[in-house]
Amino acid sequence: MGGVVVRQYDIPANDFTVAGEASSNVRKILSQLGVSPDIVKRTSIAMYEAEINAVIHGNGGQALVEIDTDKIYIRISDQGPGIADLELAMQEGYSTAPDSIREMGFGAGMGLSNIKKHADQLKIDTEIDKGTTVNITVFFKPQTGV
Amino acid sequence: MKISEVAQLIKASVCTNNSVEGIEVVSACSADLMSDVMAFSKSNALLLTGLVNPQVIRTAEMMDIRAVVFVRGKKPTEAMIEMADDKSIVLLTTDYPMFVASGLLYENGIHGRGE
Repeated sequence: MGGVVVRQYDIPANDFTVAGEASSNVRKILSQLGVSPDIVKRTSIAMYEAEINAVIHGNGGQALVEIDTDKIYIRISDQGPGIADLELAMQEGYSTAPDSIREMGFGAGMGLSNIKKHADQLKIDTEIDKGTTVNITVFFKPQTGV
Repeated sequence: MKISEVAQLIKASVCTNNSVEGIEVVSACSADLMSDVMAFSKSNALLLTGLVNPQVIRTAEMMDIRAVVFVRGKKPTEAMIEMADDKSIVLLTTDYPMFVASGLLYENGIHGRGE
């Protein structure tokens, strides 16, 4: 694999018909690059959860993806309301999603903890009324000391 | 278990046009909440759900789920069928409710476990 592959995507607000297209596209690129299926799956899950969160909570947003020789970095940012209590939001089962989102099959409060489970590194920057940025890194090989 | 055997057991019909040959399932996950599927589903799994929207296909794609059964006679839309065909995911529909369909599969060796 040579050079860094960079992709940027717009994530439309409240549009469940196209939600996940960015993650689907990245999944396809990773598979084409010959990345191992386990890494492709972990990356796909982490990115898809973050993308869905941006659709549900962030009024849409942007995704930046950088695929390097040893890792993939994903940044999903939105200009939504921000997360009031990040520690609480990280807990499994905690959700502020309305019933309309649950009817779509999401909003069970598993998203952030699931991203944490599948990412090697996760950094979330959030500010009330400004938005949230989720930074995800997945290494292609196990890291020592990470 | 082959998809054709799954279909026979739960009296399901295949909605997609792609081939079911070569797809084998060893575990299953029954849920209407895709959040739960994202958190708990195992590999080589079959998804049984009563939820019908494009995110079911997206979730299956992300989780490497190759086959989805819609229970209680629910049918996927044309757009969902097209999306599933594009991603080589097989969609089936059965009149059985989720509990009965899950029970029949469990009774015949498809458990919640997987690799």
